[in-house]
Amino acid sequence: MDILITGLLLGGTYALIAMGLNLQYGMARIMNLANGEMLVAGGFAAFWLYNAGQVSPLLTVFLVAPLAFALNWLIYRVMLLPLVRRAKSRGQLEVDSILATFGLSFVAVGLMLMAFGGDYFSYSYLARPVSFLGDTYALNRMVAFLAAVVICGALYLWLERSRAGMSIRAIAVAPESARLVGIDVPRLAAIAFALGGAVTAAGGALISSFLTLDASTGVVFTLKALIIVIMGGVGDVRGTIVAALLLGVMETFVAALIDPGLTLAAAYLLFILILLFRPQGLFGQRTT
Amino acid sequence: MRRRTLAKGMLAAAALGLSLASAQAAEPLKIGAVGPKTGPLAGGAAVTFWPNVKLWAHDVNARGGINVGGEMRPVEIIEYDDQTNPGETIKAVQRLATQDGADFILAPYGTGFNIAAAPLFDRFGYPMVTHTAITDQTEELAAKFPDMFFTLGGAQGLVGSVVDILNELRDAGRIGNKVAMVNVADAFGIEMAEVARPLLKEAGYELVYDSSYPLGTQDLSPIVKGAKAAGPDAFLAWSYPPDTFGLTEQAMIEDLPVKVYYTAVGTAFPAFGAKFGKAAEGVLGAGGVHADGERFKEYAARHEAVTGAKPDYWASAMVYSSFQILEQAIEAVGSTDRAAVAKYIHENEFDTVIGKIRFDENNSNPAYWTVGQWQGGVFKGVRSTGREGAVPVRLKEGWK
Repeated sequence: MDILITGLLLGGTYALIAMGLNLQYGMARIMNLANGEMLVAGGFAAFWLYNAGQVSPLLTVFLVAPLAFALNWLIYRVMLLPLVRRAKSRGQLEVDSILATFGLSFVAVGLMLMAFGGDYFSYSYLARPVSFLGDTYALNRMVAFLAAVVICGALYLWLERSRAGMSIRAIAVAPESARLVGIDVPRLAAIAFALGGAVTAAGGALISSFLTLDASTGVVFTLKALIIVIMGGVGDVRGTIVAALLLGVMETFVAALIDPGLTLAAAYLLFILILLFRPQGLFGQRTT
Repeated sequence: MRRRTLAKGMLAAAALGLSLASAQAAEPLKIGAVGPKTGPLAGGAAVTFWPNVKLWAHDVNARGGINVGGEMRPVEIIEYDDQTNPGETIKAVQRLATQDGADFILAPYGTGFNIAAAPLFDRFGYPMVTHTAITDQTEELAAKFPDMFFTLGGAQGLVGSVVDILNELRDAGRIGNKVAMVNVADAFGIEMAEVARPLLKEAGYELVYDSSYPLGTQDLSPIVKGAKAAGPDAFLAWSYPPDTFGLTEQAMIEDLPVKVYYTAVGTAFPAFGAKFGKAAEGVLGAGGVHADGERFKEYAARHEAVTGAKPDYWASAMVYSSFQILEQAIEAVGSTDRAAVAKYIHENEFDTVIGKIRFDENNSNPAYWTVGQWQGGVFKGVRSTGREGAVPVRLKEGWK
């Protein structure tokens, strides 16, 4: 039970890390390798505000999210839209966007180094034990998990129920046909991309309360997010959530019952198994 | 309009350049500095290495430069980011030696990076005073690279002191016999754990929990929970900074009831004390300095004034000392003859911020700090292999 809850809490963290990339890759079709840097930037903001004025990371989220939304929207309009316009096929767009955002990640690391230095940053927020069903857990992880539930739930409902959400799902499935039914694809793709950035930065602000980050750790999170998104199925919110929780529980089980040294191996084993037997991901649509 | 301002600017710059050139007749000494500004080790280097490069250049130039045979020559630092990639370290050293014409090169940051760059330092004849290399292979390395020097100590010394502390406390009846040990599955962590296992066994400890975790593990709670369930008297972690912070936070949350709590790299960082405050009290870690010594205090104040950040309580002072050794050797020799400078380093004693340093027959500094402990908001050295100023060890009394 204890292991299951610890695993679910870790899975919640993973969901926060991966959800933004899913929106950017799945909906806006941009394989954003600078995703981790956005997460670290969100964490930096939380760290800075907490140290400067004891601002709770939970409040920082509301500041960071709109800022990240605006910034990512700009990045999409200025830097990525020309690539989208130029691309003749989805494959070409993927290659181009990978190259462009790879470069962007270096720029982002450089900017953060300049602004904050290369030091580790870490602060204590809600680093208190809470008892739940007879075991103790870290309160900050609990809070991040609840926030992940809220964010993922809201996204899911929005995508499933609202008209804008439906349009975004439409461009994820068939961007060409979406245009034919009167959907403004560039505008919605920009919104999906910006939203992805906002979710990622918000996730960064939340997880910075219990992880130690520095300016160049972004790539670690990009990789983890990529694995989760691909496992869950590109462009499916449920898939990302399930994959994140699965990975969290799996890693915790292995760490607690077998050996903590094998968590990475277990994670990649799961990844390989899914790629072998369901290459489109857990909830992905088989491409025709 | 734009062109005209540009031209004016260039004119001004040229004039400035001329006046500067005439003011500083002496040609600067070109000093190469290679270390990570990005990648996994960048965080550590940003605390320990880069600020000292800046501070040293500032200090030397504030004095008017290094006295090279009667001429005061300022230092000019040429920095390269090795991206925490040994291949890049090698490229940067090569570039410094062949294209930039560096007079001297500061040793790179990190054990593996020093070993990777050693053949190049050797080939181009640069003396290499390492500051952040921890190795037990000094004898082999010194035989292979005669002008490679070691200052920070080896795993035997670092681990030996930890076992020594456990022995002292156990023999005094203050702790029991059960030890939980974890390590990060990376070169440093694995080596330390491998040195520790036989030492602990020999001293008669029962290893009730022994486990490793991958670098970059995001949730360390299963490990702390596992260790807690084993009911140890002492918890030892051969860890890197992110996991040092992560393990300690979990230990605090789990209220890990141990009398001895040790985490390795990162415990000596000022950020550790800042983050954990009272909970840091009594935490043992790798490193230490004579924190109450005037010399360290004076150095720390200068470090903070010039770089805006506090030095760490371990390698920072050693990094600066290694630069001082180079500086003093150049001044004593009175030329940039690298072979003569290396020879001087072999044969003489140096007075540095860490104290007196003289290298032994294996090019090693025999007296280094091994273990420190947070006491009253300062990380004080509690064990060394022959430095003055160690304070007695205290037990870890809870996490509140």
